[in-house]
Amino acid sequence: MLSITNLHASIEGTPILRGINLEVKAGEVHAIMGPNGSGKSTLASVLAGREEYEVTEGEVVFQGKDLLELAPEDRAREGVFLAFQYPVEIPGVSTTNFLRTAVNQVREYRGLPALDAVKFLSVMKEKMKLVEIDQKLLSRSLNEGFSGGEKKRNEIFQMAMLEPTLSILDETDSGLDIDALRIVSNGVNKLKSDKTATIVVTHYQRLLDYIVPDYVHVLYNGRIVKSGTKELAMELEEKGYDWIKEEVNAASV
Amino acid sequence: MTTTTNNNILDSILSQVPSGSSFSDLRESSSNFLEKKGLPAIKEEEYKFTSITKKLENSISDFSFAKKSDLNSETVESHVFDAFEGDLLVFNNGSFEKDLSKISNHGYTLSLISDAKPELLGKIAKTEKDPFVALNNIAFEDGVYLKVPKNQKVEKPILLLFLNQSNEGQVIHSRILIEVEDNAAVTFLEDSVSLDDKTYFSNMVTEIKVGQNSQVHYNRLQNESKNTITVNNTETDIHRDAVFTSVLVSLSGDMVRNNLSLNLLDSGCEGNMYGLYLLNGKTHVDNHTNVDHTKPHAQSNELYKGVLADSSRGVFNGKIFVRQDAQKTNAFQQNNNILLSEDAIVNTKPQLEIWADDVKCSHGCTTGQLDEEALFYLRARGLGKEQARGMLLYAFTGEVMDHISDEAFQNHIVNIVQNRLGSNF
Ligand SMILES: Nc1ncnc2c1ncn2[C@@H]1O[C@H](COP(=O)(O)OP(=O)(O)OP(=O)(O)O)[C@@H](O)[C@H]1O
Ligand SMILES: [Mg+2]
Repeated sequence: MLSITNLHASIEGTPILRGINLEVKAGEVHAIMGPNGSGKSTLASVLAGREEYEVTEGEVVFQGKDLLELAPEDRAREGVFLAFQYPVEIPGVSTTNFLRTAVNQVREYRGLPALDAVKFLSVMKEKMKLVEIDQKLLSRSLNEGFSGGEKKRNEIFQMAMLEPTLSILDETDSGLDIDALRIVSNGVNKLKSDKTATIVVTHYQRLLDYIVPDYVHVLYNGRIVKSGTKELAMELEEKGYDWIKEEVNAASV
Repeated sequence: MTTTTNNNILDSILSQVPSGSSFSDLRESSSNFLEKKGLPAIKEEEYKFTSITKKLENSISDFSFAKKSDLNSETVESHVFDAFEGDLLVFNNGSFEKDLSKISNHGYTLSLISDAKPELLGKIAKTEKDPFVALNNIAFEDGVYLKVPKNQKVEKPILLLFLNQSNEGQVIHSRILIEVEDNAAVTFLEDSVSLDDKTYFSNMVTEIKVGQNSQVHYNRLQNESKNTITVNNTETDIHRDAVFTSVLVSLSGDMVRNNLSLNLLDSGCEGNMYGLYLLNGKTHVDNHTNVDHTKPHAQSNELYKGVLADSSRGVFNGKIFVRQDAQKTNAFQQNNNILLSEDAIVNTKPQLEIWADDVKCSHGCTTGQLDEEALFYLRARGLGKEQARGMLLYAFTGEVMDHISDEAFQNHIVNIVQNRLGSNF
């Protein structure tokens, strides 16, 4: 489904990603871990099409299409979804308000008929249950004054509404208490199928108890320096990253 | 200081004023004032960013007063916004058109200034306040005096529709005097329309008295052609426990200067000023507002927002004056701007003069670009770039339009704004 080859990206001339390789197949869950500042969010942003990042080398193919060629909105319409690490606040725009337009633009792109107001509402109601989110929250200014947990739940709610093929969750678990974590993870799990894939960026092994990964990758200094299965996450939880840094530094000498 | 050309403009305007007309005292004192003061010279502090006199010199070739245009009820009808319900007052190059108006007189009385000769005329808008008030005092041919008597609530809004057009002369003077007595309420809508694209200069004065415990809402739309030069002086006297709210939406014009003054004359009164300017091309809009707190326990709120594209220019100058007597004043002022192009400019300046010590005053201004983070967020959810941009700008402007107190007028303005945000920017 997604194939990243030798991806290099920089911001304002500073290289951040230095040769990422990653294959994601339908039905799979990939976890990406790594120390702060290693480039995890950068990778997620580059995949979603944030324009500040310059891709200097490499390619990304998503379902046979050159993803890097597409505008951010077309990537979303093709089925890429990014749950932001830090969802932005937008005064005066409510979730309900923009999502109806967004959903219909996505549907139009996919050749589906638009949802009218009534249908939209009933789909919304159904997806709201999935993440136990309140309608009142959805008619307030987007993320303004939302708690950390509310912001993250709203991200997953939007994911449910947009029905993506590839979901990239950037630290959706950070700052969540155990109940909120369970709700969010349940939502994500219910949306999974053998036709979709998920990339979860996280610092915490506990998330992976809920969203069980097929592969775990460690990103360090803009490269994937180690890949393994969920046992790797346990090992990282126990030992931290120093041993990986040492391995990498030893190898590069 | 008065330049020669400036005098030429004045001379040609003054020479057309018929002698022996009423209000001779007002006209004479105004003449004396203008003779000394002249029209604003270049660099004059109050008109620092808005060289209105120069603009007049360069753009107006014929300083004759525009004659009335040929109007019929179809033309008028076509310029009344959709779903309007209420009384309609039509002005033809500033002259009131009784036959084309729709007047129920429910809850108010209406007369020509020349007939009623109201005492109040020129008492709210003081001659010395601005040269263009003085000029209007001298040059207005007639105008309308509208009075809402004590204890009366005017149920439906009153629409003042100004149909303007250069016609054997390019100068238009309009004059409105509104007197709302105690315990009354009324909503005004004002819409100015250019009948064609020819250049003209419109110099308007509106005086409003808001009597004790009364509520007046004045909603104004400025969407004339790109070739109009407009000066608007609106002066209000607000009495004890009264509330006055102004909403002003400026969308077009060549050069527009709005002077809005709220005189909070007693305790318990409240003045609100909301403004939106959505500018493109070379449109220049200058809002000078002035709120004068004279007595304790009054409050004022002000929110002006601007979106500027191309090489448009916005000026905001907000004066808050709190006199020594005016303890426990609450005064709030905010001006926020979004610049959509490198050539657009905003000059914003709060001017606070506070002589009382126990007051709550806050002010703030911001000028920036569209929030790129927010734009990316919406696009990442599948919203097209134009759509996302329009949505963000609309959200920014909505806060002002929310205050338009008539639903049909609000819908009308919202539609224009949404269209502009969707395509023109
Ligand atoms: N706008 C920017 N300008 C300059 N440097 C940036 C910018 N954004 C990110 N960086 C740098 O890029 C590097 C990678 O950042 P990124 O946010 O991708 O890390 P991360 O792995 O997601 O970290 P965290 O675990 O803290 O979320 C960091 O060194 C960061 O300082
Ligand atoms: Mg990150």
